Formats: sequence, C-alpha cells, structure tokens
Amino acid sequence: MTTSAAALVLALSLTACGGDDDDDNASQDNTPSGGASASASAVSGTLGRLQGADKLVVGVKFDQPGVGEKDPATGKLSGFDIEIAKIIAKALGIDSGDIEFKETVSANREPFIKARTVDLVIASYSITEERRKVVSQAGPYYETGQQLLVRSDDSSINGPDDLTGKKVCSVSGSTSIKTVEEKYGAAPAPFATYTECVQQLVNKSVDAVTTDGAILLGYAAKQPDKVKVVGDPFSQERYGIGFAFGDTQMCEFLIDTLQAAFDDGSWAQAFADTLGKSGVSAPPVPQLDDKC
Amino acid sequence: MNVLADNAGEILEGFWKTIQLFVLSGVASLVLGTVLASMRVSPIPVLRGAAAVFVHVARNTPLVLIFIIFVFGFPTVGIQFSFFTFAVLALTAYTSAFICEAVRSGINAVSAGQAEAARALGMTFRQNLTLIVLPQATRSAIPPITNILIALVRNTAVAEAFGVTEASYVMSGLLRDHADSLYWIFFGIAGGYMLIVFVLTAFAAWLERRVAVLR
Repeated sequence: MTTSAAALVLALSLTACGGDDDDDNASQDNTPSGGASASASAVSGTLGRLQGADKLVVGVKFDQPGVGEKDPATGKLSGFDIEIAKIIAKALGIDSGDIEFKETVSANREPFIKARTVDLVIASYSITEERRKVVSQAGPYYETGQQLLVRSDDSSINGPDDLTGKKVCSVSGSTSIKTVEEKYGAAPAPFATYTECVQQLVNKSVDAVTTDGAILLGYAAKQPDKVKVVGDPFSQERYGIGFAFGDTQMCEFLIDTLQAAFDDGSWAQAFADTLGKSGVSAPPVPQLDDKC
Repeated sequence: MNVLADNAGEILEGFWKTIQLFVLSGVASLVLGTVLASMRVSPIPVLRGAAAVFVHVARNTPLVLIFIIFVFGFPTVGIQFSFFTFAVLALTAYTSAFICEAVRSGINAVSAGQAEAARALGMTFRQNLTLIVLPQATRSAIPPITNILIALVRNTAVAEAFGVTEASYVMSGLLRDHADSLYWIFFGIAGGYMLIVFVLTAFAAWLERRVAVLR
C-alpha cells in the first residue's frame, strides 16, 4: 500500500517536472527527458512558475460564509480563505484580480492538487498526517476546533456535554458527526451541506449544528438574531495551504509569506474583515510548522 | 473483510432502518396507489382529476425535490415530524404515483366484458371494482409493481442526506474511518441492498405463480 502510494507520488512528480519543462526550455533544448527534468528542478518547481505569472489558480470552498463563500447573486467571493489567497498572490507579484478561484469540495482537494487543476488549496483544509502523505500543507494560518451552533433563544446547550439525546446536524461522513455521536451521545442528523443543517436548526427540526468553529462563526455572523456559537472548541483543527507534494521551495515561500502577514497586521485585518464580523475578537497568531 | 465483520452491529442497525423505511413506505404506497388508481377509473370527474394531478406532479418531480418539500417546507409552516416520518412520507408520495399507474395498467388489462357483466348483474361501482376488477388487475400488475418496489429499496438511500441514519449513512461513516478498505465497504453495503432486492424478487415470483390468471 505504502509502496504503491510512493510510486504514484513519484510518477506524479515526474510528470509535473515534464510539464514545467515544456513551458521553460523544451523548445530550445532537445535533451532527453532525464536531463531535462534535472534542469527543470533547478528552475524551482511551482514557485518558479508562479512568480510574476499572469494568474494563480486557487481551490476554495463556495459554501462556507466567513471562510469561503460565493454570493449566488453577484458571483463575488468573500471570506478569510479568500483574503489569505490574496495575501499569497500579492507576495508572488500577482494582482488579486488575476486569481482564478475554483470550487473544491472536501473530497476532491487532494485530486485537484495532484492533477494540477489548482496551484494552491485554501479551503478550510485541516493539516493532518494522513494528508501530508500525499500533498504538502503549509501553515497553520488559522486554528479552530469543533464547536456548536444553537438557536439564539436556546440556553439548554452550552457545550458538548449537554448534547446527550439531542438531535445534532452535520454533514454525513464528517468527523464532527462521529464525535458528537460517539463521545457525547447525541442523535446524529446527517445532511448534505452545512447550509441545510443551519436551516434545520432555524426550523427547530434539530437542536444544534456542529463543525469547525470558523464555519459556524460565519453562519452566526449572517443571522446573529437567530443562531449563536456556544462553548469552547472541543477538537483541534489547523487550517493549512495545500500544494504539490514535496515542493520545498514553495513550502518555505508560503511559511515566510504567512509569517510576514502575521507580523505586518494584514492577517489580523483579514480576520477582522471576515470572521471577525460575528463579534469575536481576533485569535492569537498561530505558531507555524517549520516543515510542510 | 474484517472491516465488515468488525462493524457488523453498526451495519445491521443501518440496514434495519433501511428495511423499516422500505416496508413502511412500501405498504403505504401500495394502499395509496391502489386508492389513486380507483380514483382514476371512477365515474366522478373531480376524483379522476385530483388523482391525475397528484400522479403527474409526484411522478415528474425528482425524489430529492419531494424530500426537500417535506423536510424543509413543512417545518417552515409549522408542521413538525421526525426525519424518519418525513422520509416515509416523501418516499410514499413518490412511489404511490408509480404504483397507481401500474395498478391502472392492470385494470386496463381486465377485459371489458368482466366489468360489463358485473354491471349487468346490478353491482355498484364499488362492488364492481373491489370484487371483480381489482382482484384480477392486481394479478397482472405484480411484475410492474415488483419493479417499482425494487426502485423503492434503492431510493431509501436518498434519506441519508435528510437526517436519517440508514445503511448509506453507515457506509459514509465507515468510508471516513477505514479509507483503506474502500472496496470491502462499498461492495459489502451494495450487497446488503442486493440481498433485500433478492428476497423481494423471490417473494414476487412466488406470488405471481400462486395467483397467476389463467387466460
């Protein structure tokens, strides 16, 4: 299993080098593919291709208010992930208008990175050991955890311990729904999207909605008179930027860029403009991993 | 293989819910479908029209939309049921429209002489339908009704996205926890659905032999 995965990654990185090679010097130089990929790696992979390029393709979520959301009426994107993408683009010398946002759902983030459908994934993408076996993740640029969204007038639920026997909505097959069911004895109510869950909460068909606090804060910011986030996070999620596996130069660049954004206040500004609107103050700056 | 054995309890629980969904909405659909078919052949124009409108709307609306109407629409106007009840209602509304048409095709298959003879004997419409026409119609409608019920077994999986923790929900959870056993989980759950359909088909074949109309 591990061997075949490694072989797959190797095969993908080889084709990736071949792709770069076509762009850079294939027309001038007829060296056989072995020598060509060696020279391509010297031109520094994704980073070399992206610096000063005319566009950057970023995979984001379209359905998470405050994090990554597309307004169905205007087609305009907003959210913390979108602001992070703009910060990265700026550091690459790419105009924020030249970022092409592609929708990624949770299940196709790794395939999109592997197939080079996107350059980066910035889509409430938690860093995990499992994922770091197939893609690289730089960060975290935001730390959150599973929390609870309840109706504003409901004072009976203040944390996960109050969930026993309550109907709790989350997305079918998510880790969040497993945790409340197995650890806190909630009755799971699976739905296809978080938006549907929030609607069921407002309808009073379920008692709570659970997923990452960042996503719930976005919904609370949208309808503060109807729903609110309660309790402390009861898991740890660290959002990172996903990109091609093993691209060390890209990794260093992203870590430096995020650190600069923490230091010059543009990270805090991005938070204030998006998730901060639900009334919470900016969290402390996360500690970046030194590897990807 | 182990993943199926290790989680057998959870899988059986999921399928128990699937079977409950199937049996409840299946029985309700057979009853409602037969009533609708009777309405469609009745001499009263209002009943005929109402049944026709229901059948056309329910049959031409995607099942997911019918679920949305029940699960999102009803609570908005203050009608609250459990997600399981909503799922049974949505599946019944959808399936009974098809059952109605299968029964109606059975009614059309009964030779006109039968109904005319009954009428000549002085039977009312109700007697004619329940004693003469429907018993014969149901027999020739068994194969199409079986098909509709097979579709219903698979349609219960839609309930996964509407708050019901049936077999497909169990599958989503197992895929999350055991990503390395993808094929075992997928074919194991698919096999469970096939088993239900197999039992149903065997029962229908037996029933068909039992009550076949000799012509």
